[in-house]
Amino acid sequence: MLQGNQTWVYDSRPLIKVSAAVGGPFEAEGALAQDFDMLFKDIWLGQDSFEKAEKELLEQVCEIAIRKAGLRKTDIQFLLCGDLMNQIISSSFAARTLGIPFLGLYGACSSSMEGLALAALLVDTGFAKNALTATSSHNSAAEKQYRYPTEYGVQKPPSAQWTVTGAGAAILVPEGDGPRVTAATIGRIVDMGISDPLNMGSAMAPAAIDTIEAHFRDLGRDPAYYDLIATGDLGRVGHRIANEILNNHGVKIPQGRFTDCGLLIYNQDQPVFSGASGCACSATVTYGHFLNRMRKGELHRILIVATGALLSPLSYQQKESIPGIAHAVAIEM
Amino acid sequence: MEKFLLAFLVGGGICVIGQIMMDVFKLTPAHTMCTLVVIGAILGGFNLYDPLIKFAGAGASVPISSFGNSLVKGALFEAERDGAIGVITGIFEITSAGISAAIIFGFLGALLFKPKG
Repeated sequence: MLQGNQTWVYDSRPLIKVSAAVGGPFEAEGALAQDFDMLFKDIWLGQDSFEKAEKELLEQVCEIAIRKAGLRKTDIQFLLCGDLMNQIISSSFAARTLGIPFLGLYGACSSSMEGLALAALLVDTGFAKNALTATSSHNSAAEKQYRYPTEYGVQKPPSAQWTVTGAGAAILVPEGDGPRVTAATIGRIVDMGISDPLNMGSAMAPAAIDTIEAHFRDLGRDPAYYDLIATGDLGRVGHRIANEILNNHGVKIPQGRFTDCGLLIYNQDQPVFSGASGCACSATVTYGHFLNRMRKGELHRILIVATGALLSPLSYQQKESIPGIAHAVAIEM
Repeated sequence: MEKFLLAFLVGGGICVIGQIMMDVFKLTPAHTMCTLVVIGAILGGFNLYDPLIKFAGAGASVPISSFGNSLVKGALFEAERDGAIGVITGIFEITSAGISAAIIFGFLGALLFKPKG
């Protein structure tokens, strides 16, 4: 039910029965490689285009999740998917293969938690006995769409981020043991007028803080309630800005408990500029790394704040600024 | 030795201008390139680019601004010989080697590698 202005508290605390993450060759060299269910050696995944490869990532992660849950495709009642391609084609075409009743989502890189919040809502209200949510991104497909042709080799500033090639999925059910979705705060759009698509961390940081503060305000909760608060893909530049805003607003998150998925997934020596980004960034780190740590008992309560930059190539051509958004989901053991 | 140094300084200077256009004024690579071509064309029109090539050699003839200079010079040259129609036919007269090379080597590259990501 609704609490405060924009936060849902799930009375039945839907269970994340299984979660899965897949990645590409660059992710296989990253810091969290052991948390992926499958890592592909080939950036093309045997397909003849990067876009088809992304669809393949999404299909694979959904199938792995369904298999891990001991279910068949026909057992899944609803599929909620999002990605970064125009008209979310990766999601629609993966849904074509899977044949599950499908809701397409677009919240850019915030789609992962938008999907988890809505899937939990479906299960919590009894409108579904189970729901599968997944998001994907592909580095080269995103580069082509949002920036420059991959064969062009354009220069990038240090504020640029590296789109994760991968996909993450979770299946929610009403009951069982494991990590549970307890609350979600739906973010509003915050646009500070930044228009450089090679500096998206700065554009999204204010939206992340807006949602984090709304979450604590709505629930009357202290940041220390969580073992970990992770934003989706702010990168080094955005994370620094987020920390500054939190300091200025007097919000105190205990030392070492505030991080960003975009800072965790790759190794220090990988050339990713400001950090990782993409729908698959928060999805793979949450559904792989964080949930694995929760299942091992290392984390008990986490808040994932997936951040999205809602620009499009069309809006960029119209010299529009980048609207930022963030959705927060609380997961507790 | 002095020739090399001048080529390095002038050629490097043109590249610095291009880099500043991208990093400080946030122009796209395409805008940056076109602006340099237009600047070269304007300098060529006032007969200022050839002295620069004389001064710095490859430092001025290799950067893209030299392409703008060549376009204007070709147009002016044929305009003198053939009148107004020469402006159109002359534009690619001097630059044809560069353009043909781009097409031919692009084609050869595409035969060997996947040309499009």
